[in-house]
Amino acid sequence: MNEAIQTIDNGVNVEALLGAREALGQAPEAALFKWRATSEWVNGTHTRSEVKEFFGLGEGQSHKQAFAFDTDHPEIFASEDKGVTPGELLLVGLAGCLTAGIASVATHRGIKLNSVRATVEAGMDIQGVLGMDADVRNGFSGIVVDYTIDADATEAEIAALVAQSQKRSLVFDALTNPTDVHVRVNA
Amino acid sequence: MSRERDHNGRLVGVHDALIIGAGHAGLAASRLLAEQGVDHVVLERGEIANAWRTERWDSLRLLTPNWQTRLPGQAYEGDDPDGFMTVAELVELLENYARSNRAQLFTGTTVRSLSLDGDHYEVRTQRGRWRARSVILATGACNKPSIPAVAAELPGSIRQCSTLDYRSPAQMAAGGVLVVGASATGLQLADELLEAGHDVTLSVGEHVRMPRRYRGKDIFHWLERTGIHAERFDEVEDLTRGRRLPSPQLVGRGDLPMLDLNYLQDRGARLVGRLMTIREGRALCSGSLRNVCALADLKLDRLLDRIDDTADAEGAKPGERYAPTRLPGNTALGIDFAAEGITNVIWATGFKPDYHWLDVPVLDRKGQLVHEGGVVASPGLYTLGLPLMRRRSSSFIFGIEDDARDITRHLAGFLGHQHRRRSHGVHRNDARGPGMQQCA
Repeated sequence: MNEAIQTIDNGVNVEALLGAREALGQAPEAALFKWRATSEWVNGTHTRSEVKEFFGLGEGQSHKQAFAFDTDHPEIFASEDKGVTPGELLLVGLAGCLTAGIASVATHRGIKLNSVRATVEAGMDIQGVLGMDADVRNGFSGIVVDYTIDADATEAEIAALVAQSQKRSLVFDALTNPTDVHVRVNA
Repeated sequence: MSRERDHNGRLVGVHDALIIGAGHAGLAASRLLAEQGVDHVVLERGEIANAWRTERWDSLRLLTPNWQTRLPGQAYEGDDPDGFMTVAELVELLENYARSNRAQLFTGTTVRSLSLDGDHYEVRTQRGRWRARSVILATGACNKPSIPAVAAELPGSIRQCSTLDYRSPAQMAAGGVLVVGASATGLQLADELLEAGHDVTLSVGEHVRMPRRYRGKDIFHWLERTGIHAERFDEVEDLTRGRRLPSPQLVGRGDLPMLDLNYLQDRGARLVGRLMTIREGRALCSGSLRNVCALADLKLDRLLDRIDDTADAEGAKPGERYAPTRLPGNTALGIDFAAEGITNVIWATGFKPDYHWLDVPVLDRKGQLVHEGGVVASPGLYTLGLPLMRRRSSSFIFGIEDDARDITRHLAGFLGHQHRRRSHGVHRNDARGPGMQQCA
């Protein structure tokens, strides 16, 4: 009786990722990417942003389509709530980045994922942005990510997936470590 | 050996092999070359075991127990096999070892350049030239401290030093100390600074947590018995990462079960994440502290699981497991040096080799030596004593034996090959590059 050898892929092409690592080792300049968003103020605290083009592998690249994002504030801030707050969008980015990492690492380690759910919660004291107390920071006071993962693996193996995904996450790094941010105004 | 004269009429020593560095690696290689009858000379910039004499702190003891502190042809014979050698004891051991080697050894001889000239390497020093068909770089991996560029941004009032300059708490200014780095060195210094009464803040990046003893034996007993230390460079999954691993959080002391972050916090140390940058006199630290600790805890458990298989088979006494690393509810993300009274910074951030004198094109774009298990990418050129060079044990004193045996055997084979080619009048191996074709 033939039993097909089931390879775990979780929908992630690990071969391609490893191949990219190999190829970029030979041509490190191709590894330099630029991610880009454009935005336009709509009204009040509502802004519409769009993401389509980016740069990488030595040339201009494009998503298959333009993706649009509305950011605004809820009505308790006297806004019209046309979209999520920009801060919430950061949480979306963190969840997306860590979960993509978990899927990649799991596949590389031959672990089949059945479900990966996360709740990301960030604390904030709004006295900071309201300029009420100079000792309160504007940013999050802390972020807690709760994962519930069903996978064909031990508890320790699942914990290791989550830990490794943080080690290789752009958004985790961007939120935990300082980044030089240069905001310019063009005439 | 033979002697030639250079164009100025000065004598030049010509040998089959030349070893740069008379530390444990160079001396072990010399012993093994002598056993194989390979004519060679050893050059040393300072004295025997120079870095151990001049670049280590006072209280340091080896991480490996005495029973394991062995070199080719020399086992530990003292009466304290489970103790840990002081630096002075190690220096004495290496001096005696060198004395029993009969190779020519020139101390106080600093190599200014190493280049390839025809089928010989040419070594220029401040006291003359040597030529050799093969060279072993035994200068080690810890020539220069690897200090992040942000060190230049520290307020001028802060007294800073690297672990190569640190000797004892007496060097510190009154006030708190920030120790950057959580390897064996960082933790040992944090511990003795706390003991000396300083407030200590420890900046923690990725680290390797390890108990001194487990299931009744020293951890190095298990690292040997499980075969972990013998794992070869060509078997390790991620070699680049393996070679960059910080040293395990150990100390050469029998009275302390585990030098770890929990122990240091109990003694009053404050933990912050990896130091990322310094802005307006404040250090900014990573919010990844929880994750690096979780990674270290997970890896410790995996290591102990692996040891348990071997220990069960040996009938060792039952094992214990260690509580996860405790962290404060609120991790500090910054250090305000003035407000917190921190007046000293010690960079325990690792080392890098110094190859500024190496004029053979064998370094990669990051200045690392390109080698395959110690066989450098230029025929006849070898290295020893680098982390995970051929095995996980490569950076330990006892680990030099297997590596040096492999390397000197390869070297002797290379010389024999060369001699055979010469005596049969065969042209030099094309793989040695165009320069080699010109040799008579």
